[in-house]
Amino acid sequence: MTLENRAILTGKHFMNGDFACAEGAIAAGCRFFAGYPITPATEIAERMARRLPEVGGVYIQMEDELGSMAAVIGASYAGVKSMTATSGPGFSLMQENIGLAAMTETPCVIVDIMRGGPSTGQPTMAGQQDVMQAKWGSHGDYEVIALAPSSVQEMFDLTIEAFNLSEIYRVPVIVLADEVVGHMSEPLVIPAPDAINVVNRKRPQSSPEEYLPFKPDENLVPPMACFGEGYRFYATGLTHDERGRPRTSSAKAQQKLVQRLCDKIRENTEKIVKINETMLEDAEVAVIAYGIASRSALSAVRKARERGIKAGLLRLVTLWPFPDSHVSEVAKRVQAIVVPEMNYGQLVREVERAAKETPVTFLPKLGGEPHRPFEILKAIRRVHT
Amino acid sequence: MPLRIWRKPLDADKIKIPQAEIHIIKNRCKGCGFCIEFCPRDVLETSEEFNVRGVHPPKVKDETRCTLCHFCTAVCPDFAIFTVEKDCGGSC
Amino acid sequence: MSEELLHPLERFLREWMIPHIWCEGCGNGIILNCFAKALSELNLDPNKVVVVSGIGCIGRISGYTNTDSYHTTHGRAIPFAIGAKLAKPELKVVVISGDGDLFAIGGNHFIHAARRNIDMPVICANNFNYGMTGGQYAPTTPLEAWTTTTPYGNIEHPFNLVYLAAASGAVYVARWTTLHVRRLTESIKKALQKEGFSFIEVISPCPELYGRYNQMRTGLDMMKWFKEASEVQHHLDPAKAEITPSKIVLGEFVNIEKPSYGRLLREKITQIQEKNVGGE
Repeated sequence: MTLENRAILTGKHFMNGDFACAEGAIAAGCRFFAGYPITPATEIAERMARRLPEVGGVYIQMEDELGSMAAVIGASYAGVKSMTATSGPGFSLMQENIGLAAMTETPCVIVDIMRGGPSTGQPTMAGQQDVMQAKWGSHGDYEVIALAPSSVQEMFDLTIEAFNLSEIYRVPVIVLADEVVGHMSEPLVIPAPDAINVVNRKRPQSSPEEYLPFKPDENLVPPMACFGEGYRFYATGLTHDERGRPRTSSAKAQQKLVQRLCDKIRENTEKIVKINETMLEDAEVAVIAYGIASRSALSAVRKARERGIKAGLLRLVTLWPFPDSHVSEVAKRVQAIVVPEMNYGQLVREVERAAKETPVTFLPKLGGEPHRPFEILKAIRRVHT
Repeated sequence: MPLRIWRKPLDADKIKIPQAEIHIIKNRCKGCGFCIEFCPRDVLETSEEFNVRGVHPPKVKDETRCTLCHFCTAVCPDFAIFTVEKDCGGSC
Repeated sequence: MSEELLHPLERFLREWMIPHIWCEGCGNGIILNCFAKALSELNLDPNKVVVVSGIGCIGRISGYTNTDSYHTTHGRAIPFAIGAKLAKPELKVVVISGDGDLFAIGGNHFIHAARRNIDMPVICANNFNYGMTGGQYAPTTPLEAWTTTTPYGNIEHPFNLVYLAAASGAVYVARWTTLHVRRLTESIKKALQKEGFSFIEVISPCPELYGRYNQMRTGLDMMKWFKEASEVQHHLDPAKAEITPSKIVLGEFVNIEKPSYGRLLREKITQIQEKNVGGE
């Protein structure tokens, strides 16, 4: 058996971010990919097209992103872990069906390798302009989870985490990377299969006659039956009750359902959220960043420390649900916060909200090139008293 | 066009002609009239009674005319009428 | 005339969703009836049948069939079905949707699924308008017809759906009306058993809207039109299968063999895995 027939390519690699993401998906058990080529996520599709047939999975290149997202939901409901990968323009097209996935509580992963927008924008340059869209992109009230890798290793690790979270919470999870992280090549360590934690969706304990497809367990998530198992359930994007029956005229049913879809994430925020702290214990200035901006921020924070400024980095790994309590707690301890983002003001609004009285300085960088460390250092020095 | 049988088959005594039972689930009927209109044997007609929906379900004019073609069963959009063979244990 | 016996197809209906929402004289109930009859006459495992439908009156059909069912967003029944079928090929995935859902918003997905020859039957309820939203015009609305968004008469040429399906690569293409219940049931059975992409267009009455707006006030009026105008012409070139006030051409227009997507995929995966095991 050649190297390639293995699902998990245990060992040390030097790989680009997009490929690492694909390998992470396969390691997590993903066996269905439906997508449409788009710079800078095309390499994920290409890697999946090559690797999935080797491990008995299916790759299909759909005619557009709308079909891709629909196919991903279909495959997930058939019981197979599924994913798609895209960038800003494709992400916009997928929104309606992301809403459908949220409404029918479909475990699935959507990778968005962000590029310059709006519209066609800068296909080959980086950006962080889809952050708000990841949360609010589809209509209606719903919650999704979004993770922001900042390295090739995290492209692998966080994709596995994304699948696990999507299976636990029956929710679409978005891997929100950017073109730099997607296209850069770095060392990647893929562990042995038994060192990788893979979580699968909870199956129904009840018989088909008793099964209520949307009746939640204590963690607000219903166990999931799949097609072909004899449950003969009905799932619809219409507002429905626990049995799946459309209740489009019932205010009570709508309220109950929408609140639960949101609460299952909101009430489990502490369990879901991941952050990374560097030099924050005695920090007077905190830089809060994610993705590629956090790499520059780390360098800036180190340089600041060399110059005697007590700076620290709070790197957000989970963007949604927003790590409110972590940001509030850090904000209480520091004099000022700097938020570098490759957009014109997205996640910084959440930071401002959570930081309350602590002044937040926003450092936008438009144009597609990541922040230079000295740009962030300048901002740190400016706010430090 | 009805087929006129001008000669009686030799084994006519031995052939058992199936007898029909026409079941009408009156409260499912929406009064579309398809079964009445398209029955090839003119077995059904509109009744005078009302069902819960306020329409007149069909009623059977002459059950013996039914040849169990099951067309009414197939064309009813509401699963409100179906024909089955009467089980008379040989004594129809 | 007792009412204790159950309807023979009752077991194919999702009991807690019945009665259905469709109007008096609507053809959707007949399509449900023929579909259930087809299932009852075939030896399919009912636990493996998945009914996928889109948005529209006919889109509610997945709620009424006693099978695994999914009701997608508008126009996306086919790609959803593709995902389900490819992920679990042993499922028998059927798409039943309307002319607007399949050919307006969903048009792109239809032609590509037919091109790829995905293993699935697609049944289209063609009632010549968008019923659910009150009777607006659709890609199948005849020229000069009155609808709420063509109040001066429709100026758009309609699709010839069977021609479109055949041209896109479907291996089985048929058109029937809701009056031709037996032939429709037979076509559904054929489509359920055929390898590749099958398409059945079912001309269906919409008496409350399209019919009312176009001088056919009841379902019966429309069914009588079907009876008068229908002409069965099997194997006719689908390009010539027209629908006019005086002529509705019906029949099986395409019935060919072509390797399906599923077959080609299975063969390719086997090839790849054998090569990898065989080498090194």
